[in-house]
Amino acid sequence: MLRSYSPSEYLFFTAAVFSGLLTAAVFGFLFFFGLPLLQSGQLADVLFSSWAPGKGLYGIYPMLLSSLTLATLSMLISFPISLGCSFIITALAPLRLRRVLLALIRVMTGIPTVVYSFAALFFLVPLMRNLIGHGSGMSILTAAPVLALVIAPTMILFFVNSFNKVSPRFTLAAEALGCSKIQKILYIILPQAWPGVINGILLGFGRAMGDTMVSLMLAGNSTAMPEAVTDSARTLTAHIALVLAFDFDSMEFKSIFVCGLSLYLLTALLMLLFRLSTAYFSQAR
Amino acid sequence: MRKNSISIPLVTITSVVVLFFASWSIAAGDISPFDQQKGTLRIAGGTAHIPVMKEAAKQIINYNPQIHISIAGGGSGLGIKQAGEGLVDIGNAGRKPSDQEIQKFDLQLLKWAVDGVGAVVHPTNKVQSLTSTQLQAIYAGKIGNWQEVGGVDRQINLYTRDEASGTRKVFWNKALAKGDISTKANVVVSNGAMKTAIAGDPFAIGFVSIGHIDKSVAPVALDGITPALTTVRSGEYHVARGLYSLTKGEPTGLAKLFLDFLVSPTGQQIVADKGFIPVK
Repeated sequence: MLRSYSPSEYLFFTAAVFSGLLTAAVFGFLFFFGLPLLQSGQLADVLFSSWAPGKGLYGIYPMLLSSLTLATLSMLISFPISLGCSFIITALAPLRLRRVLLALIRVMTGIPTVVYSFAALFFLVPLMRNLIGHGSGMSILTAAPVLALVIAPTMILFFVNSFNKVSPRFTLAAEALGCSKIQKILYIILPQAWPGVINGILLGFGRAMGDTMVSLMLAGNSTAMPEAVTDSARTLTAHIALVLAFDFDSMEFKSIFVCGLSLYLLTALLMLLFRLSTAYFSQAR
Repeated sequence: MRKNSISIPLVTITSVVVLFFASWSIAAGDISPFDQQKGTLRIAGGTAHIPVMKEAAKQIINYNPQIHISIAGGGSGLGIKQAGEGLVDIGNAGRKPSDQEIQKFDLQLLKWAVDGVGAVVHPTNKVQSLTSTQLQAIYAGKIGNWQEVGGVDRQINLYTRDEASGTRKVFWNKALAKGDISTKANVVVSNGAMKTAIAGDPFAIGFVSIGHIDKSVAPVALDGITPALTTVRSGEYHVARGLYSLTKGEPTGLAKLFLDFLVSPTGQQIVADKGFIPVK
């Protein structure tokens, strides 16, 4: 039996198909413009060499590495903080404080990253310059805590949601057995909600990879291969922003399509992991 | 109701008075073509141009509030590209576009100022004079410590601009003799950002358009010649370039009026006030 759809259902269906197609179209677009470079057999060169347009090298390997390092580092800083915050918001703090904290986190999600970066440019950069003792103070290590601050609200909200979804039957039973709050969190809520925690991490990592302003303003943008986290480095997103002003026909400009493509594929891969993990963990339960 | 009937004439009178004095205080002839005009003018590109663009726009908007002028940065490469594609009415470039670019986009050039590009350091830095060879070695990463050029024992923090920058191109051509720029150099995206970075970093070296040099940074004399308005004008300091504004095809409408204003005596006075060398 074929069900007849109402006009509004058609409208929503069209909207869904459209946004789906748009995502595919962006991929197609990047692929199409990156194609000349991919065909000429220079893909390996672009992916694994360094950036020196003067010498005909258009590699993005240092940027790829910087992006991954920066995202991982900020994740390492942000994850414990986010997890702790969400424990406090869901179980530990008095009810009124929880509401205030949650409202604060929601406000934080809306603050543009350029504001954080700007503040850090005047406070964190001089501090890091003195702490590190050499270099300009702009480095991966300077950008990482700021990026951690940027991705924390996303993760916290995700964690809080998944903690709140834990059935009260479990938590009430635990309380009835005389569990302390900490025991309740560690032995009941966390084991029940950890698929949500993993998804939050993946989503936060995706945001960290995709953010442009923080690394553009704070990481220093040097094209050299970063040897330490205290070195100045350029991420993929900052690289795209910096090279965008080039002439269309230039090789520099063409190479950033490969940049975009790598970012797209990396993020897509992450989201695929996200979907798979959600499916896997909900089945396993 | 009564309140309205009083306040409307008052506003009118005030604005008439303000307009009267505004038009009176600046040479009325140069700006009067903007009478009766309205619309939006979009300007983008070279960041060295911005101080002059802002001042010119301010005077025009004060004279005739019906005109809206938006000014964006982005660098010379972006200025050429966006003017060529018709995304902006006027594109700024701190270098002459290549013949290929001029031909492809059918660009019309107007050179309205001459500008020098000078190396700058933090005002507390003792090293305020370098030879060309030293500067080239510093930018190539061969000299990595201020001690080697007579300064303190600290690592030199290199700052450069993105590759599409006109300021960078001129500095690289004429001061660095097309030598290498170390990949370890930090990259900033505008003359303003360069000044901010150098002003905040006691061990930095960078380069900015001479119009941007003020007390927050110290110019570095190159082979004994300090980059300044006077030395660029006399031709002693050779790291100089023209500041261009580009339009796609012959300029028309507001774009034409704006460019005419830039080369008028009033416009050229703004150019001089902002630390550049007028062309007329």
